[in-house]
Amino acid sequence: MNLFLTIVLDGLIEASWLFVVALGLTLVFGVLKILNIAHGSFYALGAYIAATVVTASAAHHLPPVAGFVAMLLTVAFVAGAVGVLLERGVLKMFYGRDEVVLLLVTYAVFLILEDVTKLVWGVNPIYATQPYELFGNVAFAGLYYVGYDLMLIPASAAIGFAVWFGLNRTILGKIVLAVIHNEEISVSMGVRVNRVYAAAFGFGVLLAATAGALTAPKISMQPGLSSDVIILSFAIVVIGGLGSVEGAAVGAILVGLARAASVHLMPQAELFVIYLIMAAVLMIRPEGLFKRDTARRI
Amino acid sequence: MRQWRFHPLVMVLPVIAAALAGRLLPTWTLSLATVAASNALVALGIVVLARTGNVSFGQGLFFAAGGYGVALVANAWGVTDATLQMLIGAACGGLLGLLIGPLIARYSGIFFGMLTLALSMVFYGALVKSSALGGSDGFNVGRPTLFGIVFVDPREADFMLYAVSVVTTGLAGIVAAILFRSEFGLVSLAVRENNLRVEYLGLSANRVIVANFAIAAAFAGASGAFALMAQRHIDPQFAYWTTSGEFVFIAVLAGYQSVMAVYVASLALELVRSFSNLYLPNTWQLVLGLFLLAVILFLPRGIGSLWAGRARKRADPVPDGGGAP
Repeated sequence: MNLFLTIVLDGLIEASWLFVVALGLTLVFGVLKILNIAHGSFYALGAYIAATVVTASAAHHLPPVAGFVAMLLTVAFVAGAVGVLLERGVLKMFYGRDEVVLLLVTYAVFLILEDVTKLVWGVNPIYATQPYELFGNVAFAGLYYVGYDLMLIPASAAIGFAVWFGLNRTILGKIVLAVIHNEEISVSMGVRVNRVYAAAFGFGVLLAATAGALTAPKISMQPGLSSDVIILSFAIVVIGGLGSVEGAAVGAILVGLARAASVHLMPQAELFVIYLIMAAVLMIRPEGLFKRDTARRI
Repeated sequence: MRQWRFHPLVMVLPVIAAALAGRLLPTWTLSLATVAASNALVALGIVVLARTGNVSFGQGLFFAAGGYGVALVANAWGVTDATLQMLIGAACGGLLGLLIGPLIARYSGIFFGMLTLALSMVFYGALVKSSALGGSDGFNVGRPTLFGIVFVDPREADFMLYAVSVVTTGLAGIVAAILFRSEFGLVSLAVRENNLRVEYLGLSANRVIVANFAIAAAFAGASGAFALMAQRHIDPQFAYWTTSGEFVFIAVLAGYQSVMAVYVASLALELVRSFSNLYLPNTWQLVLGLFLLAVILFLPRGIGSLWAGRARKRADPVPDGGGAP
């Protein structure tokens, strides 16, 4: 029973930050129809910036809470700016090309960002552990957890709810949904699709970077971080269905639980299990769990 | 391809000439050209498959399958002959391709790419955790021989490997060029345009895709054998998604119009990589990324469009079936 509870909690903690990353990926795909390989690099970027801010604030003897808040604000600001600049400056030039070519464009951005992070932050591991003690330790049904880890679950649930609410219950969200469903009609109805694209991409980058900032205190930042994260979030959005918010949530929980279960029960199968789930879902429902069927071209 | 006014078999001569020219090349170019030729082989497979409209992001799977297959056979039975190893690699890749092909032929576009990626990562995950195969460190194999000749001098061994890989890749290119012009090659193009109509005509679109997939897989397997012979070491990185990404990178760089372009693109990539490695050791990925963006932006149909497009304009204004898009 204890083992079961551990797996569920560990899985949900893992799922919480993965969900935020995958949410950004799935939104960008929904609006821009781009499967963004560079998404993991934005996660890494957020984590690195967070580490810098946290370390700087600790050096100035600010309380950890201040460091934590400053970290989130800085990351949100920088990531939003980077996202909009990238979309307007680079991606815009390639719209209308083949899906696969756009994928390669983001692969090029991934390669570039990989080296940029190495140039700025070096290749040695960086840590930002100060905020990790912020919420103390929690005893939960006989298990001891770091409060920060448990806090991630409601935090990501709140982010998910905010995105869902924003998309489905506000005018701005309806406009974005209109662009997702039919860009051409939206244009003819007077939607400035260019702005929606820039905003959506910026928001996607923001989500990835926020997830990076939230997990920065838990991990060590070093090269290779981005390629591991992107492959996990790919699995999640493919399991859930590309472009679906609910799908990203279910996919993240599935992947998180599978990862936690294999860590506790069968450590040698950790990576294996996730891609196996992804392959299995694709075999049975190639469009993912939460995707309506589209008409076939004849 | 239509712009070649002569039969592709004529290209055997330049291939042999290129292999012999290795005698004149300095050592560092030799290993660079070997890697370029071996990468071109995988990219060629991707181009073959892309003619059915599907791009595989998981060729690393067959690349690694070929490499591991050869390494295991070499260590178990002492098979060191380079041509035999190449054939074993191609067989491993091709058989795996025949096995997986029918499963994924039903998917198209981005899902095809994602599924191939997922399968290659399943393989990667399994390789990393299998201690019998050396886990994430991999294991070593001995130096290859050729027709019973043992090469003691490393320079000679490098040349032998260069010659075998250039001849293999060249022959594969000739086979691909013949294939593109054959009935089967034309049906492949038709499948990309509209697979349902191909089925109405009484052909199985899935079977066409599976056949192309198996060819691509065999090419990747053979290339894995070359990579193994060149490094004399194998590790799960062979199957990682960034390896597969690089192969797609070469294919997109080349464009889908010309077989020759695949070699040019592969060589260009290796040159850019090794020069930026030499002069900008910390930023070679950045240079590579900018290079890729520039090619996609300024040569949207790939390097091949530099000469293939011009030749077609001169030849025949009516779009012919033999050319690519």
